[in-house]
Amino acid sequence: MPGTAELPVCDIDVFSPAALENPEELHRVLRTAGPVVYLSRYDVRALARHEEVHAALADWQHFESGSGVGLANFRHEESWRPPSVLLEADPPRHDAPRRVLRDILAPSALRVLRAAWQRAAEELVEQVLAGEGTFDAFTELACAFPLRVFPDAVGLGPDGRENLLPYGNMAFNSFGPVNDLVRADAHRVAELSAWVNAQCAREALTDDGFGARIWAAADRGDLTQAQAPLVVRSLLTAGVDTTVHGLAACLYAFATHPEQWQRLRERPELARVAFDEAVRWQSPVQTFFRTATTDVTIADAVVPEGTKILMFLGAANRDPGRWDDPDRFDLARDPSGHVGFGMGIHQCVGQHVARLEAETLLTALAARVEHIELTATPRRHLNNTLRSWASLPVRVHRTR
Amino acid sequence: MVVTLEISAKEAVAEGVVALTLVHPAGARLPDWTPGSHIEVVLPDRTVRHYSLCGSRWDAYTYRVAVLREPYGRGGSALVHDTLRPGDRVGVGGPRNHFPLVPSETYLFIAGGIGITPLLPMVQQAELLGAEWQLLYGGRTRASMAFLEELTAAHGERVHIAPQDEVGLLDLGSWLGAPRPDTKVYCCGPAPLLTAVEAACAHWPAYTLRTERFTAAEQAAPVRDLPFEVELRRTGRVVTVTPDVSVLDAVRRVGVDVLSSCEQGTCGTCLTPVLEGSPDHRDSILADHERAANTCMFPCVSRSRDDRLVLDL
Ligand code: HEM
Ligand code: FES
Repeated sequence: MPGTAELPVCDIDVFSPAALENPEELHRVLRTAGPVVYLSRYDVRALARHEEVHAALADWQHFESGSGVGLANFRHEESWRPPSVLLEADPPRHDAPRRVLRDILAPSALRVLRAAWQRAAEELVEQVLAGEGTFDAFTELACAFPLRVFPDAVGLGPDGRENLLPYGNMAFNSFGPVNDLVRADAHRVAELSAWVNAQCAREALTDDGFGARIWAAADRGDLTQAQAPLVVRSLLTAGVDTTVHGLAACLYAFATHPEQWQRLRERPELARVAFDEAVRWQSPVQTFFRTATTDVTIADAVVPEGTKILMFLGAANRDPGRWDDPDRFDLARDPSGHVGFGMGIHQCVGQHVARLEAETLLTALAARVEHIELTATPRRHLNNTLRSWASLPVRVHRTR
Repeated sequence: MVVTLEISAKEAVAEGVVALTLVHPAGARLPDWTPGSHIEVVLPDRTVRHYSLCGSRWDAYTYRVAVLREPYGRGGSALVHDTLRPGDRVGVGGPRNHFPLVPSETYLFIAGGIGITPLLPMVQQAELLGAEWQLLYGGRTRASMAFLEELTAAHGERVHIAPQDEVGLLDLGSWLGAPRPDTKVYCCGPAPLLTAVEAACAHWPAYTLRTERFTAAEQAAPVRDLPFEVELRRTGRVVTVTPDVSVLDAVRRVGVDVLSSCEQGTCGTCLTPVLEGSPDHRDSILADHERAANTCMFPCVSRSRDDRLVLDL
């Protein structure tokens, strides 16, 4: 590969089970190697320091998303599905879908959901606490809560919701190489895609959810009729697994940091900060790619036009150059400026949804639970993009 | 971040029209924008004027606006023409977009005079999208019409120049032709033109016509350039915010955390409830009615219009 001679080279398979299971070690290696590191396995340049990742995320002019935000380069390879009109689109095509979704998911538009989500969180927590006090916090809380509130908010019908997590898992795997994780789901692609696509139709959605508002925008001409179902699909792809693993990251953090749980109980208004600190600390979305639109120089290294860069959000979020004691989960820290939701024009349009889910669930828990502890080693689930969980066995002590 | 930009260039682009180029004093990227956006500029007399962005968003480091010297009264445009010079700094809010370009197979753009400014990036965008488009550009005289050469050189036949002293009033009816469902009509210009276009499009399908009115939408009172106090009611502290710091930074300096992300007034993360006082909103997020309600603000960019602002922090 020309132009890589002067770059530090890393031949680790960054999507191997070992790296996905324990990315912190890999992140350290990449950050230390230099601002730009050549990954010889995949013939891409990687960024792992906060400064470079932040700058590349913001610089849509030089790093496009339209050639795919995974390893596959849509300039030469076909996507496994019609590309996203948000995530995998650049200005000007990105503008209209982004504006529509931004308005539908704006903090002011979500205000009407707060009371209902608070109630749902309290009910769920009461229900979980009615048992023995030992349970799997991953399935019983982190999965259960988003699945209770989010599909209703979108306006999905009651049937088939069990397909949401497997579809998201498949979609987030697809941003990596075609490895065992991708092959394991290959037989379900057609079936899961067909179900998701069917849910995006106007007729499949209730008339008062995010989905209906997307279709209403199409009726006003703010989107095309062809874009509307793809914008709904973005919600279903990006809005479920992300929050599930984000909430799990929070619960894991508190189960392993009892003093931080006490802090939250004393000051429940820290719930928002706690969630963002957990997103920084665990980075549920670990990586995304971009493609250089021209030869771009980063810290003296040239990224040739048309080639991919891999941005390690998780590594940037623990860069000691940016954060003091970055490996510590600490509610006293100000996590502002983390890149766990990205940055710039593609920055997570659903971040206020995720924060509202987290805030309502954590507040409900903090009011009822004195202490959370692990009862066994939690298990990770491996995904090419998401830092995911399979189980979080816990014991909780109810407030008297 | 304090939203102050520096004028890096000022040039006459037509009779009575100057274009200003604005940059960040430290050379930083400017907040992203989409065609149809305007920024709010705080002039030396502390009044606020809205100017459409008419440069290229592929250049993340400069904004370009064009300002018409208004013949009667309103001091703002005269200040820009006579007083502002390269090197001067101005307060800036936004960008905000009330005039977004929605997807369409065909666009008909109609500009009256300085109303060309928001349409300039739109025609570039229509071109990029491979859409069919035509521009009808009217003005008093050819010499008073900005960006004529730029437009005709780049787009030739698609641009119809109609100076009033040469061809009279715009013949909207025949130019627009028969209503078509695949078309959006975008118009920006003086009120009589908008009224005429609205009438001409009355029998077109709903949502066809998109307009931007040059109204006196600027904020009523001048923006303050004096320090103000922010009371953090829950924390029980009062902080003084001087013109060189943001409310967010001032609040943080006394140890109160407010979650933020973009620090450009675009992402919505730092949303803070306002209990008393009236914010000087500079964000890109809130709609006009949300701004007027004064119940929340984005302290990464927004400030205070009064001596005292009370926040729920
Ligand atoms: C903890 C939870 C979440 C995390 C960590 C997360 C992370 C991210 C990241 C890193 C991006 C940027 C992608 C890029 O730059 O290429 C993104 C974009 C996006 N997210 Fe999220 N997300 C979360 C929750 C959600 C939710 C709840 C929704 C839907 C309601 C959502 C919808 C989207 C969409 C549609 C985009 C694409 C935006 C665009 O390209 O303009 N996300 N998210
Ligand atoms: S931090 Fe993004 S709006 Fe203030």
